[in-house]
Amino acid sequence: MKIVVAVKQVPDTATQVKIGADSKGIDPAGITWIVSPYDEFAVEEALRVKEKRGDGEVVVVTLGPERAKEALRTCLAMGADRAIHLNDPAWEAADSLAVSRALAAVIRQEGPQLVFFGRQAIDDDMGAVSTQVAEFLGWPCASWIMEETVAADASSVRVARQVEGGLEIFDIPLPCVLSAQKGLNEPRYPTLKGIMGAKKKEIRDVKAADLGLGADGPRLSVVALEGLPPRPPGRILSGEPAAAAKELVRSLREDAKAI
Amino acid sequence: MKLELTEEQQMIQALAREFAEKEVQPVAGRLDQEARFPHETVKRMGELGFLGIAVPEAYGGAGADPVAYVLALEEIAKVCASHAVIMSVNNSLYCDPVLKYGTEDQRRKFLTPFASGQKIGCFALTEPQAGSDASNQHTLAVPDGSRYVLNGRKAFVTNGREAAAALVVAQTDAAKGRHGISAFLVEKGTPGFLVPKVEDKLGIRASDTAEFVFEDCRVPAENRLGSEGMGFKIAMSSLDGGRIGIAAQALGIAAGAFERSVAYAKERKAFGVPIGQHQMVQWMLADMATAIDAARLLVWRAATLKGAGQPFGVEASMAKLFASEMAMKVTTDAIQVHGGYGYIKEFQVERYFRDAKITQIYEGTSQIQKLVIARHLLGTQ
Ligand SMILES: Cc1cc2nc3c(=O)[nH]c(=O)nc-3n(C[C@H](O)[C@H](O)[C@H](O)COP(=O)(O)OP(=O)(O)OC[C@H]3O[C@@H](n4cnc5c(N)ncnc54)[C@H](O)[C@@H]3O)c2cc1C
Ligand SMILES: Cc1cc2nc3c(=O)[nH]c(=O)nc-3n(C[C@H](O)[C@H](O)[C@H](O)COP(=O)(O)OP(=O)(O)OC[C@H]3O[C@@H](n4cnc5c(N)ncnc54)[C@H](O)[C@@H]3O)c2cc1C
Repeated sequence: MKIVVAVKQVPDTATQVKIGADSKGIDPAGITWIVSPYDEFAVEEALRVKEKRGDGEVVVVTLGPERAKEALRTCLAMGADRAIHLNDPAWEAADSLAVSRALAAVIRQEGPQLVFFGRQAIDDDMGAVSTQVAEFLGWPCASWIMEETVAADASSVRVARQVEGGLEIFDIPLPCVLSAQKGLNEPRYPTLKGIMGAKKKEIRDVKAADLGLGADGPRLSVVALEGLPPRPPGRILSGEPAAAAKELVRSLREDAKAI
Repeated sequence: MKLELTEEQQMIQALAREFAEKEVQPVAGRLDQEARFPHETVKRMGELGFLGIAVPEAYGGAGADPVAYVLALEEIAKVCASHAVIMSVNNSLYCDPVLKYGTEDQRRKFLTPFASGQKIGCFALTEPQAGSDASNQHTLAVPDGSRYVLNGRKAFVTNGREAAAALVVAQTDAAKGRHGISAFLVEKGTPGFLVPKVEDKLGIRASDTAEFVFEDCRVPAENRLGSEGMGFKIAMSSLDGGRIGIAAQALGIAAGAFERSVAYAKERKAFGVPIGQHQMVQWMLADMATAIDAARLLVWRAATLKGAGQPFGVEASMAKLFASEMAMKVTTDAIQVHGGYGYIKEFQVERYFRDAKITQIYEGTSQIQKLVIARHLLGTQ
């Protein structure tokens, strides 16, 4: 079974993101880049499907600048078989629709039975790409899945997705698109052997023209990024504990209207 | 000159950091207090490939290089020096010599399971009367048909209780002095191989340090590593590599204590400002950072030379000497920056301080490193 996993390289969760000089993007200086955590669940699940079935191929794909290769290599070190890098200045300003169109085109070329995404990338939190790709492909899609079992004959997959208060269980015919929710699995570390072997695995660069796509202007344009207003300083109540407690209750009721 | 890590080296460093912070940090303090060997996390280190980093894949290792090895060791030691020494001894003092001097059969039996982390190894050179004076070996190995019969006592063997096999150094021909010393691979459970005692220590308390006694212990002749008389050379060349590992361990201990100190100096307030605003605290932090970086460069140089197949013995001694003295000073100052809280176990820097001390002692004391460096300078033996 061939499985494609789409991943995105994002700033490390510990990064203090700063708004860039043009106030439309972030300042990349000093950022450590990682594979978006939900995408790691997706890679892990794809590897588990392959391992459980005892055969198959896991292909990771990303759209991004040159540095995004590091993210692909991390996935290769985890155990993915090969990688595809949609790497073209034409995609520099791509919005989620353009990214989805490009990913759908390369997935159509690859012809996998299963496609995994993370439920959203943790940088812009759009969460749009997996469903848009499914729409372009005309394939069924289940989002935020917590469990999956591929049928022995590879004709369908049973998935459980998170809904308010419980799980919703589906049977979906293959090929299909799934997006991973936290809790689906615990992603493995790459091993040292995996890291050393990653260099020997293929990372294929793909240009927009290779997919029959032209320069595709974004439909969605960022007007500005704005920082949150600084939080007003906290107030420390001093004095006798009994009086301070009384003042706290009064303040919560009358000033904050919280109780 | 280029000071740039390869992508693989950076990935291995990042993996070691993540593993250490997520899996070792939560247990490190308790393991230290209870002096308990970390079976679970050591098993994980084996699965990930940290126990045979520079061993080729064909023998169960990760096939990486000495630079990747010191990067990983530093990250592990930043969190727990005990894990670092368990790893360093298995890599440098056990796997390295078996790879370098072992026959194909010996490598299959005594290297593959050890580099892949299914078993761990140890190195038994020191004896009660033979520490710095390592060639003063009293353990005897007397040939008897297809076997050697070992009798004697080994002191302070790291991993000694937990190891499945030991590289044991013994005298096969006392008349020849250091040229009559040989090395053996001895399996645990061989009759006459006893482990009567495990030491209670100041630091690296989660690492076991054991005493060995050999009483008419019969070791098959095919377990001799290298030829007869080569044992001392094997031990000394292993220690050259081992010293890079201990230097990296010392570096990590210092860097870990330093990171905690910087964080504390930003938070702790005295006289109305964070203590990091006081010039005397800044002074300590600046000195710590500079010394740590200097040590790191010495460690990287020694590892780079080893990886390139060039002589590295004196560079390894310099790195070990400087890094271990530095670690003692930096961890002392780390407690100082923490004030009274630094003296209290909950704040953990006192563990780094206790752990740092051993790096000035094992695999050649600081005095012995100076001896090695001076002999090299003066061309004397
Ligand atoms: C926790 C721990 C783990 C260890 N692990 C191992 C292990 O895995 N395998 C192993 O074989 N050994 C191991 N050792 C032994 C260690 O390598 C020795 O303790 C070390 O070499 C010092 O030897 P010693 O203790 O006999 O001290 P001594 O040699 O008695 O030294 C005492 C003092 O005299 C100084 N001194 C000695 N000779 C000279 C000289 N010529 N010039 C100047 N000063 C000198 C020393 O520097 C030191 O300050 C371990 C020790 C410890 C404590
Ligand atoms: C085992 C133990 C026993 C103790 N016993 C007693 C006791 O019996 N009674 C008692 O009252 N107290 C006791 N203490 C408290 C002890 O006196 C304090 O810990 C000590 O005064 C340091 O204060 P601190 O821990 O708050 O450190 P901090 O004051 O927070 O200092 C942290 C660091 O900042 C530095 N620093 C702070 N201000 C400045 C400055 N202006 N300029 C430059 N550097 C600065 C300090 O030198 C130190 O390096 C004890 C502490 C311990 C650990």
